[in-house]
Amino acid sequence: MAREDNYILDMQNITKIFPGVKANDNVNLSIKKGEIHALVGENGAGKTTLMNVLYGLYDPEGGQVFYEGNKVNVDGPQDAIDLGIGMVHQHFMLVDPLTVTENIILGNEPRKGLKIDQKKARKEVENISNKYGLYVDPDAKIQDISVGMQQRVEIIKTLYRGADLLIFDEPTAVLTPQEIDELFDIFRSLKEQGKTIIFITHKLKEVKEISDRITVLRGGKSIDTVDTANVSEEDVAELMVGRPVLLEVEKTKAKPGKIFLTIENLKVKNNRNIQAVNGVSLTVKKGEILGIAGVEGNGQSELIEAITGLRKIESGQVKIKDKEITKFNAREIKREGVAHIPEDRQKRGLIMDFDLQENMILGYHDLEPFSKNGIMNYNNIRNYTQELLEKFDVRGGEVTTDAKSLSGGNQQKVIVAREFSHDPELLIASQPTRGVDVGSIEFIHKQIIDRRDNGAAVLLVSAELSEILSLSDRIAVIFEGEIVDILDVEDADERKLGNLMTGSKADAGGESIE
Amino acid sequence: MNSKMENFKSLLTDVGISVLSITVALLFGVFFILLTEESPATAYEALYFGAFGNFRNILNTLWRSTPLILTGLAFALPYRAGLINIGAEGQFLMGGFAAGVAGYYFTSLPAIIHLPLAILAGVVAGALWAGLAGWLKAKMEVNEVISTIMLNHIAVALTINYGINKLRTSTRMATPQIMESAKLTRFKEMADSAFWSKLPFVEVFADPGIRLHMNFVLALIAAVILWYLLFKTSLGYEFRAVGLNPDGAEYGGINANKTIIWTMLIGGAVAGLGGAGETLGTHLSFMAGMDAGFGFTGIAVGLIGQSHPIGAIFGGLLFGALNQGGLEMQFAGVPSEIVNIIQALVIFFVASLQIIKIFMKNRREKEGVE
Repeated sequence: MAREDNYILDMQNITKIFPGVKANDNVNLSIKKGEIHALVGENGAGKTTLMNVLYGLYDPEGGQVFYEGNKVNVDGPQDAIDLGIGMVHQHFMLVDPLTVTENIILGNEPRKGLKIDQKKARKEVENISNKYGLYVDPDAKIQDISVGMQQRVEIIKTLYRGADLLIFDEPTAVLTPQEIDELFDIFRSLKEQGKTIIFITHKLKEVKEISDRITVLRGGKSIDTVDTANVSEEDVAELMVGRPVLLEVEKTKAKPGKIFLTIENLKVKNNRNIQAVNGVSLTVKKGEILGIAGVEGNGQSELIEAITGLRKIESGQVKIKDKEITKFNAREIKREGVAHIPEDRQKRGLIMDFDLQENMILGYHDLEPFSKNGIMNYNNIRNYTQELLEKFDVRGGEVTTDAKSLSGGNQQKVIVAREFSHDPELLIASQPTRGVDVGSIEFIHKQIIDRRDNGAAVLLVSAELSEILSLSDRIAVIFEGEIVDILDVEDADERKLGNLMTGSKADAGGESIE
Repeated sequence: MNSKMENFKSLLTDVGISVLSITVALLFGVFFILLTEESPATAYEALYFGAFGNFRNILNTLWRSTPLILTGLAFALPYRAGLINIGAEGQFLMGGFAAGVAGYYFTSLPAIIHLPLAILAGVVAGALWAGLAGWLKAKMEVNEVISTIMLNHIAVALTINYGINKLRTSTRMATPQIMESAKLTRFKEMADSAFWSKLPFVEVFADPGIRLHMNFVLALIAAVILWYLLFKTSLGYEFRAVGLNPDGAEYGGINANKTIIWTMLIGGAVAGLGGAGETLGTHLSFMAGMDAGFGFTGIAVGLIGQSHPIGAIFGGLLFGALNQGGLEMQFAGVPSEIVNIIQALVIFFVASLQIIKIFMKNRREKEGVE
């Protein structure tokens, strides 16, 4: 039976089985009309599966769905849209060369004879955008607007199609802190207008800030639904992971040693041949973590690639101790004791079609004990991999499993295991916990601090300000390819960094450097 | 799950799919045979008999497979590193020509030096011809598909149009006959050879109709060496990494240019061995037309064998059997065009069902993850 009518959606005992896995095991989810409901859980907990069942993309083996009190049978996205359910995907489904308006009306074009009624379309888009405070330029092309704007277009698209219940799949993963604030304003305004929101995420701070109620999934089961006001972040984390989790990294004050990495006036171009790093100078000492904070796309990726030998350096110098490595290739730099967790694990960090043992030695494959005189020793490789999989708690695969069949968090653990196990003197970690669940984040953070305490120099790049703030000893802020400021962590907070990151240097304070 | 069991299962599926696709192709072939008002039963009996009917035919199937296994390998290895070597034809010709020249030019070498030298000449010529395309790709970013096609044309001009015309001593479009000392041992002559006749069983080969020669054994050895190289050495690890994910390989400190040049050199070397074998074992001189499209058929051999070195052996055997059996079909009255159609049907179905298999596998994977 459906519950009383203040519930817009009631999913009861949903079970979805994939070969070998129960992705959803008798999951229950009840959403009140007009609430912001957070759906949280670790990677692989079944959040996306549940939402795909709701959206008609999967056919569940068991369970019932009630929408506005009526039992419904959602056979495909069109059924869901007809019911008033809209989904804003993590990866936007937009056509780049078309305008905002064209994208919004795509599939539901107002017509005038055979032609699209452009005027009416534009008017409707403007109406929606005014009503909910979703300001967009209806005539701009998608390729010319920011990621935050593109997300607004996605939201307007669902509203244009008449959605009353909006599902957001990890909407903040791609946004800057400022854009996240704006998105939450939009959430509030949608709520005021009577819309209901399901918000999938694993960022607990955001859950606490914006949601009314929280449903936690773990291992395919619904663990609990709680009122946000009654719980702390730690409580939710414990529900998600099934054990108490340390959200704040415990670390002692750094004991910096000698300068290990020196970067002088580095200039690097990006793939479009535009200057991306514009005269960056930095030093990283042994035993300290230098964090680089910045909105994505301000040259951090190019900077890291240049230091690790993956991108051509236009001018400037990179030195390890007193040795210049500016012209070294990736292999030579690795041999200097540099470990690198790349920002894109699927593109760089792993060979997805290799199994775990072959991935575990990538970059070290021509060294003993993995190979000798050019002949691989798969016995040693297997034992070594087995050991690391256990030590780093990689789940969901064995030595001969292909990397692509692991979840994102476990893939990341494989990279961390590989890079941390050669006793690096310099650790370069780029977005080390992106898309990784709470339990693994805690683990990876601990490993990074351990490395530091063992005397390694650590260069950390992250789009997560909280990560930068909790791990770094010093923080360099990058904006448009230049370091605008370097602060000690004691002098930094999110607001200050946020301002620096967006280029408003004047009201940020702190000492500035050339 | 037990991964050895998994591998065995997937091997069984592979074999099953291949058998199924050959059966389907032959069923379609019935239609074409009926067009010629011949009996399909007779035609297929001839096909089978020609390829496997007796000891001689089986050995000749192996003989016809030999160059195809090698050109198949020449395609498969670079393909594993993400390169498309269309140039096995040219590499084969260069190898055959160099072996032919080395085979007749040295007149007083003992066989123990002359034969290896002639084979080596072919292997090196093929390797350099392919290595040139690899070098162009690595240093100048010239697309290897274009450069290998162009090098094919140049190889034809160089070896046949220029080389043979310059060197030939008779009206035959071929280089002069090679010395006895450069001949690859033919199985039928083993009983007469001082060295091989010591083996107890060689009399069974003493049938003048048997054309198999030692290059078949060399082809098998080449396949095993390539398999070892690809899956057991760090160089092979690098080849496969570059082929599967060039960005990931670069991150792992693997030099893609080195991989490009090495895989092309090795691929060219095996194609060159194919040419050398045809020259030194089959024709006893480098002959116009002896390439017979082996380079291009090699692409199909490599693909059907899933660009796996051992798969190339089976791919080569399939094509060899079709060629050998097709001849018998012609004797049975089926026009050669229809024989060609049936060969093409088998290839078509084997190749397309492989694609279905890959499709099925991807689907399973998609359903397997969240």
